[in-house]
Amino acid sequence: MNPAPEFSLTTEDRGEFTRSDLLEHTTLLVFYPFAFSPVCTDQLNLYQEVLDEFEQRGVRLFGVSCDSLYTQRAFKEHLGVTIPQLSDWEPKGATCRAFDVYHPAGFPQRALVLADPDANIAWRHQEPAVDTFPGANLIFDALAGAR
Amino acid sequence: MRGPDDAPLVVVYADFECPYCAVVHEHLRDRPLRIAFRHFPVRSKHPRAWAAATAAEAAAFQDAFWPMHDALFADQGRLEDPHLWARAERLGLDLERFEADRRSPEAAERVKDYFTGGIRAGVTTTPAAFAAGQAVDARSAEGLAALDALP
Repeated sequence: MNPAPEFSLTTEDRGEFTRSDLLEHTTLLVFYPFAFSPVCTDQLNLYQEVLDEFEQRGVRLFGVSCDSLYTQRAFKEHLGVTIPQLSDWEPKGATCRAFDVYHPAGFPQRALVLADPDANIAWRHQEPAVDTFPGANLIFDALAGAR
Repeated sequence: MRGPDDAPLVVVYADFECPYCAVVHEHLRDRPLRIAFRHFPVRSKHPRAWAAATAAEAAAFQDAFWPMHDALFADQGRLEDPHLWARAERLGLDLERFEADRRSPEAAERVKDYFTGGIRAGVTTTPAAFAAGQAVDARSAEGLAALDALP
């Protein structure tokens, strides 16, 4: 058992998303460095393309960055993706630190955290390079292993 | 699949709206390689990629996959429906059949199957290439040089 830490993120409609929101769902938190940056754009575009397959497996995806909710909303709209966004804006990076994915230069490292319906961390992946992102196959493999 | 039977096989995942894919296509087209083309359209990035992919599959139903493939890469700025019809007409395809086929579940399924295969193979972005079971970074000069050097 590896319980997810306590955390607080802001939803696109200024609500709060905390550890207790992980309960009763399988959730993938997609930590990405910056809205509108090239690699993050490709990453969300790709995950959007297989979103129905995640949904079929009962998995919710959320994009997490230290951008403000307004930036995240604009990013989402710009890409035409539906993946909901969560902002780690204030105190900046607190949730990223709690999940140990905060880059010293002030942004989330590119990381995936899969939480099970008991809010335990079932799997995590940190991308080793800044200019690549994890393929969706890693997530599907993790989901197959977690069941 | 095209190219000599005994040539080294290169599997290319690409989408017809991706400019890097067009560069790789130009680079590889006259090389002595056997090319297997697989669709990898990411719609939110390239809104016409899916339509272009199903158009190529519809052309395949009339044995014209590669001519359509080449015609799509030759003019990526023109991928709207009338441009697809114009290509089909130029290639001498039965236009009504082409139009029905490109909207058919069979064409969609083919594209989706290639895409899913790409996801399973770990493809994240286009163009992606595999030769001798190894991923090759087809976006880099080194990757293209590696494909040129295939035995």
